[in-house]
Order: sequence, then C-alpha cells, then structure tokens
Amino acid sequence: MAERGLWIAGAVALLVAAVFLGLGLRGNLAFVLELRALRLLGLVQVGVAVAVATVLLQTVTANRILTPSVMGLDALYVLGQTLLVFTLGGIGYASIDARLRFACGLLVMIGMALVVFLPLLRRRLSLTLLLLTGAVLGILFRSLTALVARLIDPNEFAVVQGASYANFSAVPPALLLPGLLLITAGVGVAWAWRHRLDVMSLGPDAAVSLGIDWIPAVTAVLGLVVVLVAASTALVGPVAFLGLLVVALAERLTGTRRHAVLLPAAALIGVAVLVGGQATLQHGFGGASTLGVIVEFAGGLLFLVLLAGGRRA
Amino acid sequence: MIEIEGVSFAHRGTPVLRDVTVSLPKGGLTALIGPNGAGKSTLLSLVARLQPLQSGRIAVDGMPVDRTPGRLLARSLTIMRQDTGPVGRLTVRELVGFGRFPHSRGRQTAEDHRHIDASLERFDLGDLAARGLDTLSGGQRQRAFVAMAFCQGTDYLLLDEPLNNLDPMYGRQMMRHLRDVVDGGQRTVVIVLHDINYAAAYADRILAMKDGRILADGTPAEVLTPDRLEALFGYRMEVREFEGRVHVLHHGP
Repeated sequence: MAERGLWIAGAVALLVAAVFLGLGLRGNLAFVLELRALRLLGLVQVGVAVAVATVLLQTVTANRILTPSVMGLDALYVLGQTLLVFTLGGIGYASIDARLRFACGLLVMIGMALVVFLPLLRRRLSLTLLLLTGAVLGILFRSLTALVARLIDPNEFAVVQGASYANFSAVPPALLLPGLLLITAGVGVAWAWRHRLDVMSLGPDAAVSLGIDWIPAVTAVLGLVVVLVAASTALVGPVAFLGLLVVALAERLTGTRRHAVLLPAAALIGVAVLVGGQATLQHGFGGASTLGVIVEFAGGLLFLVLLAGGRRA
Repeated sequence: MIEIEGVSFAHRGTPVLRDVTVSLPKGGLTALIGPNGAGKSTLLSLVARLQPLQSGRIAVDGMPVDRTPGRLLARSLTIMRQDTGPVGRLTVRELVGFGRFPHSRGRQTAEDHRHIDASLERFDLGDLAARGLDTLSGGQRQRAFVAMAFCQGTDYLLLDEPLNNLDPMYGRQMMRHLRDVVDGGQRTVVIVLHDINYAAAYADRILAMKDGRILADGTPAEVLTPDRLEALFGYRMEVREFEGRVHVLHHGP
C-alpha cells in the first residue's frame, strides 16, 4: 500500500504539472511556457518545503495536528518585513534587492530560533511547553506587526499587505535560485535523516535508548524546519494550513509514517495541491480568487475534522 | 558491569536519590523493588542516560554514560520505559526492527532480519508480526516493546515495570521470557517490579530501595524477610517458604 500510494502521488503531481504547463496555450509559446515554468518552479519549491517542514515538526513533537506556523515562525518573517518597511519606507523597501531581504528574513528567523528555542531545549523543557511558547510568540509577532502597520503611512501599508498575505501567482523571480538551493539542501538533509527520523518518532526515551542524542538531534531538525519555512514564506508568504492538509493526505494515501515513504509522498502531494489549485484558479475561475484562501479554507476544515475525530491528536 | 558511584539526584529541589553506590556485575536478573517514589525508575533512567547526571558517576562496562557517544552505548545498553509513547502506524515487525538501528543505522541487512525473526519468535510474536501496534492489546504491545529491546542485542536490558497492565498469565509469560533471555545468553536484565512475588520467583538478586537509598541488597531469601519488608513498606507481612522459594503474603489483613 505504501509504495502504491507513493506512485499515485507521483503520477498525480506529474499530471498536474503537465496540465499547468500545457493547458490553454496561446500566443507566443516560448514566452508563455517560460513564464509558466518559472511559476511552476516556485510552486514546486513551496509545496515541497512546506510538506517536508511539517512532517519534520510533527515527528519531533509526536503531534499530528501541528504545522510550523503554530510556532510563530512565519509571523516572525512578516514582522521582520513590516519593520523593514517601517524603517526604510515603502520605496526604500522596494528598492532593496529581494535576495538581500530574503537573507535578512532568514537570519532573523534563525537568530530567533537560536535565542528562544535553543535555551528551552537545553533545559529539557517538554515539547508541549516549547510549542505553547511558540504559539504565544506567534501572537506577539502578529500583534507587533499590527501595531507597526497602524504606525506607518497608509500607502506603505499596502506594501506590507503585499508581503503578509500568501501570493502564489507572483513568486519573486530573484528568489527562485536561492530558494531552490536552500530547499534542495534542506530536503536532502531530511532525506538523509529518514531512518533517524523514524526512530525519533518513537519519542525521546526510545530514541535515546536506540542511540540518538536527543537534544542535538531535535535542535538540528527544528533548525531545518526554520530554514524550510523561511524559504517558503519568502517565496509566497505565510501559508498556515497547507502543511497540515498535505501531510494528512499523504499519511492517508500511504498508510505509513515511515519517512522513506512519507517524506516524498507529502512533498509530491504538496506540489499537486499547489500546482493543481493554481491551475484550477487560472483556467477554471479566471483568477477570480486566490489560492491562499482556498488552501487555508480546506486546511482549516481538515484541522477541525482531525480535532473532532481525535485521531491520535 | 554497571557501576553506580555516589549518585544523587534532585527533582526541582526534592531529593529523589541520595548518594547511591552499587555495582551490578554482568549476567543475572536483578529486580529493583520498593515503595512508590523510592527512586527506582529514576536510578534506571540515569543509568540509561534518559536524564542528565547531577552528581556522581555511572559507567557501563567502563564507559561513562554521560560522556560516551549515544550510538556506542546503544550497542551495550537499552531501556524500556513503562510509558511506551505514541506508536502511530507501525507493525510489530517494524517496531522490533527498530532494535537494529544502532547496528544498521536503518539499512537492514540479512543478519538484522535474522535477529528480528529470532526476537519475534522468542516473544511469541510470530503471528502478530504484520499487525499494526494500534490493533494490539496492552499486553501484546508491551511484549512487542520488550522484543524490540531484546532485538537491540545489548548486554544490558533495563526494564521499567514491564509487567504493568499485564494479567497473571502474560505477567508470568513475560518473566519466563526474561528468565530465558538471562539463562540463554550472557545477558543482564535489570527490572523494576512492583509485585514482590515476581521478584521472589524470578530474580537472582534484589535491590530494595526506599527514600532514594538502597536499603537491602542480596538474594531473594536474604532481602525478603519480615523485618526488612516492614522497614521498606511500613507494615508487617508474613513470609513463607514453599518449594524452595520465598513467598510474601502482602495482601493479608
């Protein structure tokens, strides 16, 4: 069942990508295809990064209804961008190189993870407490963002809004390459750790007993989550429930939590959901709605179903 | 040999272990008994490096547990805790296979599969191998976790109340399995037990703990005397000998 599920996910992802590239081609083929290929590349990166980050976070926390946004990571990214607009002004913000902005955002997130989460881990606080801290920090960051947004010029607020809502149709082209490198590296590391992650999903005691040094291992995995979330947030903005939706679907489809299967399956489904959703929006609804809204809606609904069903929550 | 030297441990200011010094030579089945809160589980978890040492020294076959790499220790020592944690969608065979992780790092060889088969058979899990852990009864699941610990192939097996939730039949079966493990190879089993009579029937040696100290240390016949038991548990129990084994009548009025 596991391998078959993986094949199905792969086939769907490929099909969806082909449809996305090929449907309703008109006009200058080379131009349209290049545009669509770049857009596809961005969506694939985000789908893979969010799916893998969610699997990793769920594994180390032994909790199936978590997504990285619960830890306030993407909220921090938005806060950083808002502060940049506040200090530099809308025009100043727009004139910084997108790659530089991306690097700054990434550094801020990793810095916060080091300052806030690492000491908590060192003191062997329970992951529940860690997540609660993350949730509270997330609220703090969102509130601070709202405060700063009230302080700035209304025109510049529009710039902030552009940065704080998921936007799948305008992936900044300058970020495609750095994002690709970062996400490929991160996913590569996660794949290399797949057996170790299987062991970690047994919980700290069993993992230590099987030779995992828990604190360094969890620190490394959370670091990886931060990098992946930062990369995907920089590309399209915060997506809260996408990871939850994708990982739950992947687990349903493959019937396993083994990372050798679950990681690729979740990544493929992530791609299929994003690319498929975007294709449907573009061709079915004429771009009348945004993918972010639909993904959040479906993911939120699933979150409630999981909570109500109490499936190993 | 497990050497524990001058180990004290406090949990949020409350002392749990007070200057414990004891050594457990290789081989044999040692039972830790004592009232709740005596520090038995804490002692075991410190030996298995599940908690950081606060003071004192613990070494397993000469390897200090706080400074030896985890991978290395995982080949000579394993622990099974009473709370076995979330299991997700795992089959019994997959779970037992995790025991080979310290040896194969996840890439299982033919030898690993031999070990897995042998563990499944030893703990009567052959028929359940393909079943999901979430479909098993508590007793079966407990056995699967012990089989995983056994499959790790370590010289030392630490078990924290493995008889929890087991009915008399499964409890007896578990103790017989563990007795076989000790008698069959050069394995050492250290086990926390609540039922004194299981310790009396199956252990080679009993460590009796109270208030973070070791109160008595010896064979079942030496440790399980009415005086010692009263000092340990706070009330008088009769002790009878029956077919060469001591029995503690702790349920009496």
